[in-house]
Amino acid sequence: MTALPERTERKLGLVIDLDTCVGCHACVISCKGWNTENYGAPLSDMDAYGADPVGTFLNRVHSYEIEPEGGGCAQTVHFPKSCLHCEDAPCVTVCPTGASYKRAEDGIVLVNEDACIGCGLCAWACPYGAREMDRAEGVMKKCTLCVDRIYNENLEEVDRVPACVRTCPAGARHFGDLGDPDSTVSQLVAERGGFDLMPEQGTKPVNKYLPPRPKDRLTGAAATAPALPTKRRDATGFLAWLDRTLEKI
Amino acid sequence: MNQPWIDTSPKVSDEIRKTTCYMCACRCGINVHMKEGRVAYIEGNRDHPVNKGVLCAKGSAGIMQVNAPARLRAPLRRVGPRGSGEFKEISWDEALGLAREWLTPIRKSDPSKLAFFTGRDQSQSFTSFWAQAFGTPNYAAHGGFCSVNMAAAGIYTMGGAFWEFGQPDWDRAKLFMLFGVAEDHDSNPIKMGIGKLKARGARIIGVNPIRSGYNAVADEWLGITPGTDGLLILSLVHCLMEAGKIDLDYLARYTDAPLLVDDETGLFLRDDGGKTLVVDRATGHLRPFDEKGVRPDLNASHPGHRTVMQLMAERYLKPEYAPEAVADRCGIAAPRIRAVAAEIARVAFDEAITLDQAWTDFRGERHEKMTGRPVAFHAMRGISAHSNGFQTCRALHVLQILLGAVEVPGGFRFKPPYPKPATAHPRPHCNTTPEMPLDGPHLGFVHGPEDLALKADGSPARIDKAFTWENPMSAHGLMHMVISNAHAGDPYRIDTLFMYMANMSWNSSMNTGGVMKMLTDTDENGDYVIPRIIYSDAYSSEMVAYADLILPDTTYLERHDCISLLDRPICEADAAADAIRWPVVEPDRDVRGFQTALIQLANLMELPGFVHEGGSPKWQDYADYIVNHERKPGVGPLAGFRGDGEQVGRGTPNPDQLKRYIDNGGFFVSHIPEGADFYKPWNMAYQDWAVGMGLYNAPQPYLFNLYVEPMRKFQRAAEGHGDRQPPDHLRDQIRKVMDPLPIWYAPFEDDHVDPEEYPIHALTQRPMAMYHSWGSQNAWLRQIHGQNPMYLPREIWEAHGFADGDWARVSSIHGAISVPVALHAGLNGSTIWTWNAIGKRKGAWALDKDAPEATKGFLLNHLIHELQPPRGDGMRWSNSDPITGQAAWFDLRVKIEKMPAQHETDPDMGVMASPVGRGPRNLRWKVGK
Repeated sequence: MTALPERTERKLGLVIDLDTCVGCHACVISCKGWNTENYGAPLSDMDAYGADPVGTFLNRVHSYEIEPEGGGCAQTVHFPKSCLHCEDAPCVTVCPTGASYKRAEDGIVLVNEDACIGCGLCAWACPYGAREMDRAEGVMKKCTLCVDRIYNENLEEVDRVPACVRTCPAGARHFGDLGDPDSTVSQLVAERGGFDLMPEQGTKPVNKYLPPRPKDRLTGAAATAPALPTKRRDATGFLAWLDRTLEKI
Repeated sequence: MNQPWIDTSPKVSDEIRKTTCYMCACRCGINVHMKEGRVAYIEGNRDHPVNKGVLCAKGSAGIMQVNAPARLRAPLRRVGPRGSGEFKEISWDEALGLAREWLTPIRKSDPSKLAFFTGRDQSQSFTSFWAQAFGTPNYAAHGGFCSVNMAAAGIYTMGGAFWEFGQPDWDRAKLFMLFGVAEDHDSNPIKMGIGKLKARGARIIGVNPIRSGYNAVADEWLGITPGTDGLLILSLVHCLMEAGKIDLDYLARYTDAPLLVDDETGLFLRDDGGKTLVVDRATGHLRPFDEKGVRPDLNASHPGHRTVMQLMAERYLKPEYAPEAVADRCGIAAPRIRAVAAEIARVAFDEAITLDQAWTDFRGERHEKMTGRPVAFHAMRGISAHSNGFQTCRALHVLQILLGAVEVPGGFRFKPPYPKPATAHPRPHCNTTPEMPLDGPHLGFVHGPEDLALKADGSPARIDKAFTWENPMSAHGLMHMVISNAHAGDPYRIDTLFMYMANMSWNSSMNTGGVMKMLTDTDENGDYVIPRIIYSDAYSSEMVAYADLILPDTTYLERHDCISLLDRPICEADAAADAIRWPVVEPDRDVRGFQTALIQLANLMELPGFVHEGGSPKWQDYADYIVNHERKPGVGPLAGFRGDGEQVGRGTPNPDQLKRYIDNGGFFVSHIPEGADFYKPWNMAYQDWAVGMGLYNAPQPYLFNLYVEPMRKFQRAAEGHGDRQPPDHLRDQIRKVMDPLPIWYAPFEDDHVDPEEYPIHALTQRPMAMYHSWGSQNAWLRQIHGQNPMYLPREIWEAHGFADGDWARVSSIHGAISVPVALHAGLNGSTIWTWNAIGKRKGAWALDKDAPEATKGFLLNHLIHELQPPRGDGMRWSNSDPITGQAAWFDLRVKIEKMPAQHETDPDMGVMASPVGRGPRNLRWKVGK
């Protein structure tokens, strides 16, 4: 069993806008690229060109369809999912070696690969399915919130954000301190009704999701009144209107 | 707490090399992080005008593209039968020598025996220059099977269209309406734009049979029936005219709406100098349209003539365009169409925006402000790839113009070198002389029957029959007809087919199985009907197996390229910009960039333009050409850092130019001056700037064409006027489709298949992660899209009793496929779809033959024929738009039956030998220590 810090100085995390995410997978691959080359072991790809390619990804996009009860247009939601860096992270407390831990300074949940024995208990404990065992390395991999980018003095300050946030073409991913109510991310959450994923699990996730805005509201109530009189909604009526209007220009 | 120490500031790379991605149509800037001379990580370039730092999945996976096991390694000469994939490696000297040996006799006898087509538009200004020097009329790039309808309709209507020509004003638009686009043209800029709209709370209306991707985040989704977009748009035009919500001031000043059309001929009234005339509303007199102080009258009276505005009123106010009349065909309820029209009108006119920016128009009138209609539109392939696509694209451009929403704040904005009207483009050229260059550029814009590419006997001059009566305005050629026509010897036989980056024996062709047979078919002597095939590709694609000679290309990081103002630059609405690629890594194989190979081949053949008198080469390779070629004095492929390094647009070649581009991040930007950045076609400040940049030789203000007079000239020919007459069997078609005002007609497939028997529309979409590529050799991306089910709407799913894991037989009048199915409720009820180009042939791309792409993936292409069904008249009617020849991919109608679950999709085209072997089993890719 591994202990969680009593509190963390900051709560760094992501805010993901489900009203804006178009499901393009840019974040998935940018993450793969950065984290293959950086933190810990590379993210492997088994049977890479074969019948059953299986690679390690720290971030994946799932797409769900919602068909409103009682009819109406079905909607698709693109749902990027990675570690939520929970305040009460069950993946940490379940770890038998202390390899999984939550950082006291910023709340990032990490795996110390040197101490990981690849038992997989943490993946079992995570209700979100956010951890993946690397099949080549035999260690547990997960989102690091790009801990090796966000403080990296070799990067320009503007680039000290997670790779997924930097690359997102639609700007659907936001990074910041969710523990600071004045931060941009906290304000986004407040303005847009940001929500926790599966709050009933009691994990207190730091990452938040912004809900899709209501859709399909142009149903016909607001049609514009015709400029042409009812009996003359044809070319003659139009040209008479045209002449009257041109006189006024 | 025992937290381990971790290094939060690791060294990111030894060096960043900045180049251009251009693996799709976006042309994003990328930072390639190098470690120990190898590519370690790729991210977007923040300074780049196109992507401003962001990058898509495919761009981010570039490292797997550069290291792909499917890369070709050396020139190949076929040793087995065509299609087998059996080759031997040869040297470049042998390869280029062989190409010269094949091509030189053709050039001496009949240059048209060479058909040279490039599947991508990269460096089109260079490849067309090569083809012109060779002297063949048979050249084009891929626009004919992509989106030529959009491009040509835009240029004829307003001097440009979407994507490469312009973009929505993402920073000011308040309503954005997106037709048909899944993931094409552009990729990242559309996502960035949607992000900007969403951040401001602006609204998006998506019109698409499929609710995925952009349509999933659209505030309103109109799940339209494929092929009916034009009808919906003209119904919106009807509503807007009925409501009086059109911009009369804009129409009178900047469009042909006030031009006078002769009732008898349908041609514009002109003065003796050929200038079109309007009635001045102040004086009632006829005046040239551009005269200083003239106020063109939209509702003018002139005996025997009507204005374009009057003609439009007569047509579009007819009840046949009312929402109630079109709703069933479009699959959208009439009140919803009316509500969308009202919303467009409300935003355009009630939320108009005004910039305090003075400007002077081409009539010399000064305006103190710029008024914007903040409604922007975008569309590309979805509405283009139908046999009614040209007229549909025309309708959309006309809709924008009626709103006054083109080249104004908040609307659609051109990007240099556009706006550029059809009259400023070349006309097509097709006259060949042995051992001489062609008489001019191949592709262009026709303005009447006199511009068609016909031989003296009236037969088509080009192998693809572009610019003929079958499709007079085929501005991009018809690449999808080349192999079929060459095989049929219609209009004539060729000797050598030379292609670049075109997977014609697979996903780039209609009727894939048929094309494979055409490529391998032999005559009575046992010789191939298409005698020789040269092909250039970087990867072991399906098409490689069908070539006799392979010229292996480099990957995108190993080459020089220029993304040129002569071609398809990276301009933004407020800046001219161009860019380069340069070899950030050297190839580790015996491969050469295709353009360099073309230059070396031209030098061997001593093609005119490529060699000095005496035969010595002007350029050694493509980099040399990029810097030193001048298209006209002082104007070359790159606009930046010319002359002494400080000259822009015009200037002598600068030997340090490429270095300057590299130092500048791989691109060059020159901003349009303030006050010149809107109303570009009529704004004298813009016109003068464009002349200075070398974009125009002189100012060329023009009016937008709601009424396309050249189309009327073709109709008149079909009515019997003029010397150049269409064949009788095409007269009715020309009269019907070449209407100078937008019309809608049902897609041709509806006429020749029974809609009762084939009630379903079938489409493909491009996956965002693999847009504009067929690169399933990418180890990361194939894990996102490794197979492609056929998605069915709930209506069809339930009617046939489908369940998860089921398979279906999907049939068209032409063929049948067996495929896995999946439910997709957000779908037009009579439409099914799948991902494009995920299916692979066994043995291609260095994949295992049991890869899911080959066993569970499939192509819809097997159901689509390049010809319409025979009519018993002996004619080969192409499955194309009858105006431009654009491939009508999306006209397809099918039927579906449930079938027992299969082990593999059908048809199985067999295994090809891999000229590059197989990829490694596992990857653990880490470059640094």
